Amino acid sequence: MFLHIKQAYLCKYPAFKRKFNLIIYLFIGSTLPLSAQTDIDAIMMGKNLFCTGIMYSGSNWNEYWEGSLKRENFNLGTVSTQMAGPMGNLGVSSRLNVIFNLPYVSTKASAGQLKGFKGMQDLSLWLKWKPVKKQIGKGTLSLFTIGGYSTPSSDYVADYLPLSIGLRSRNISLRGMADYQVGVWTATVSGTYVHRSNIEIDRTSYYTTEMHYSNEVFMPDAAQFNLRMGYRGKEWLVEAVADNWTTLGGFDITRNNMPFPSNKMNMTKIGISMKYEPAYVKGLTFIGGANTTVAGRNVGKSAGIQAGLFYIFNLSGKKSEKTKNN
Amino acid sequence: MKQLFTRYTIAAIMLFLAACSKDIEETNLLTPSLNPTTTDANAGSWKPILLASANEVSVPAPIAKTAPDYTAQINEIKGWQKNISEDDRKLVKYWNGGAILRWNEIMRELVAKYNLPPVQNENGTYPLPNASNPLAYPFFPFSNPPYAARAYAYVSAAQYDALIAAHHYKNLYKREAPYFADQNINALVNKSTLYSYPSEDAVVIGASVELLKLLFPGEQNFIQQKAEEHRRARFIAGANVRDEIEAGEALGRAVALKYVQRARTDRTGAAAGITNGVDLWKEFEQAAIQKGESPWISQEMPKRPPMLPYFGRVKPFLFDSLTVVTKIRPVAPPSTKSEAFKKELDEVLYYSKNANRERIRMVHVWGDGVGTYTPPGHWNAIAAEHMIPLKLSEVRWARNLALLNMSLMDAAIVCWDAKFTYYNPRPSQVNPEIKTLTGLPNFPSYVSGHSTFSGAASTILGHLIPEKASLFTEMALEASFSRLYGAIHYRSDCEVGLEMGKKVGSYAIQRAQNDGAN
Repeated sequence: MFLHIKQAYLCKYPAFKRKFNLIIYLFIGSTLPLSAQTDIDAIMMGKNLFCTGIMYSGSNWNEYWEGSLKRENFNLGTVSTQMAGPMGNLGVSSRLNVIFNLPYVSTKASAGQLKGFKGMQDLSLWLKWKPVKKQIGKGTLSLFTIGGYSTPSSDYVADYLPLSIGLRSRNISLRGMADYQVGVWTATVSGTYVHRSNIEIDRTSYYTTEMHYSNEVFMPDAAQFNLRMGYRGKEWLVEAVADNWTTLGGFDITRNNMPFPSNKMNMTKIGISMKYEPAYVKGLTFIGGANTTVAGRNVGKSAGIQAGLFYIFNLSGKKSEKTKNN
Repeated sequence: MKQLFTRYTIAAIMLFLAACSKDIEETNLLTPSLNPTTTDANAGSWKPILLASANEVSVPAPIAKTAPDYTAQINEIKGWQKNISEDDRKLVKYWNGGAILRWNEIMRELVAKYNLPPVQNENGTYPLPNASNPLAYPFFPFSNPPYAARAYAYVSAAQYDALIAAHHYKNLYKREAPYFADQNINALVNKSTLYSYPSEDAVVIGASVELLKLLFPGEQNFIQQKAEEHRRARFIAGANVRDEIEAGEALGRAVALKYVQRARTDRTGAAAGITNGVDLWKEFEQAAIQKGESPWISQEMPKRPPMLPYFGRVKPFLFDSLTVVTKIRPVAPPSTKSEAFKKELDEVLYYSKNANRERIRMVHVWGDGVGTYTPPGHWNAIAAEHMIPLKLSEVRWARNLALLNMSLMDAAIVCWDAKFTYYNPRPSQVNPEIKTLTGLPNFPSYVSGHSTFSGAASTILGHLIPEKASLFTEMALEASFSRLYGAIHYRSDCEVGLEMGKKVGSYAIQRAQNDGAN
């Protein structure tokens, strides 16, 4: 958020001829989830299909919220974050998918002297389960439960905001999601509770709203709401996305202070998410998206884009067009 | 069997919950109750710092144990002890850690809270915090490292003098503690054989409150609340009756007023170098240019005036201002045109480009930048950590921290004297390719403040706790070089700063050897 709330997102794709290819992609943090994704969208990989590829995202901001005060900082200029890394989604069955994501992140400030950081961020894993699929009225209702876990994959530094590459907490998340599709038109809504572990920093004391004599930092939990609606066709998927992340606790950055990992970071983003599966190359999928932050607290007012390239492998040895749908 | 199963289940659940608990263990709350190996009962004969003698401030004789008012005061304690809540017990346990330790922690907290540079005005200038309007932005003070070093020194030195005076009167009046005077009073502290009038905790309260009024004028409510909690803890613990607290606070305040007087005339008021909107500090820039050197230039946007440019002229505690110039001021740094300089600059660039996790750890552990208790506060924390196991008396705690903090303040003075005498640029000013791993301080480079502070602190602490001397030396070296690894200082800034700090520390050792406490 200030940089990134690490959260990975995966996406997949509907495909051709009554079948859907899946693709996964995900991305993180400040470039929140506005493309078709797998841990937060309603698309499932079919059995024995493994969708994998590379996801890239970039975002930047030159204004941020210090508490609720929107400001600039000429000693930071524009802060940019880039992420790239592998994502994958394995169809254990058409109702149970396993998703992973492991991004490399780099940060940079255009002004001032502070050096940007880079490194491997967090490994994220999800189990996505679709217990209910039911015809209701003219459309199909699907219900999902998604459990996630993420953990730092390197010893990167969290206590260097706004240029640290992540926050280091180990997160356990539980998401409930409902999707309703009528023909090519869909709407998906989800709510997530994210339990975040405390983190350790290099310092032996730090000040929040009071002095702490410890290298351990209490990290408040967080909640996320996501709404996406749009067109889900054979070659194209186009969705408008709104996403809200709210930290359930934490404190505001004081006047002209630096941000801290346990700040109350909130943000609301809107954006668009697209996917294209060309009919002429089976299993290949392109992903793109863009988003912007419309409200926030203790985070950058970032705008970002995403792009991804994925391919679906059929682990059962059959052809990739066997990919299945939602 | 079923019962056993239930019990195991409950135990397992408790264990699970404990493992999931996100409560943080604050190390300062683990401090055991003060239980000195020796009481230092003779501390009334130690040499004070500003007081001419231990009895300079008079303390009236206490009422007799047989007086009805004394009985009333004893009964007040019994009243407190009738219903002791869980919160009260926590309070007593907290303050039992030691008056000097706790007020030192309070000070560190205030420093951290106020260590924030003011944001610029619309027109690109910077507002100056105003002591007479501390609650309006920019809040007063901006407790940057020199300001903090001075604050720690004044409070610690005043606490020490006040405790010497308290010891003097304790031995003069020989009032025994309430838990000895009345069998029915429970001692919730470790019993001390020190006489209890005036209360040593109360002189610390009085001295601290009075000085913090001056140093952190916007925090009166917070400070008074802490003072009130401290008093209450002493009553509930059965450690002091009311007149012991009152006499102690009055004594502490009176001693502190001598320090307030000194503080008002120690030239800190002129340290900002800006009078009626005129930038007097530009003279340092001119001097550097006249010498043919590249002057330091603020790299903040917009350019910020340097931090307390005249702090080098503040009146030191351990030596006089002439000594700063004639005995401690270092030789000039390598000229920015020299080969030696180029070599040092390249080394900084190397560390900027080749950071590794271990060096980043050092940079961050010792960063002590914006929003922290500053390097002097860090050395107070280190001193406290290593003094707790030594089971010292309050007065020895005070003496050791006074020696430490006078060293740190004087280190700030000699360091700032060097910085503004030579006014040389930061590495990233000369080579913009150099990116830093910690915030770039807004004042000249030579010599490193962290190094000077650390050299001084490790030297005096090594004298006071000889068995840890080599550890302190190592820490100082790491703190010093973390500034090179962070790419904000040249090697010579660090090396020369450490040496200057050691010199300052040696003056503190001289004092320690002659203060009667050995």
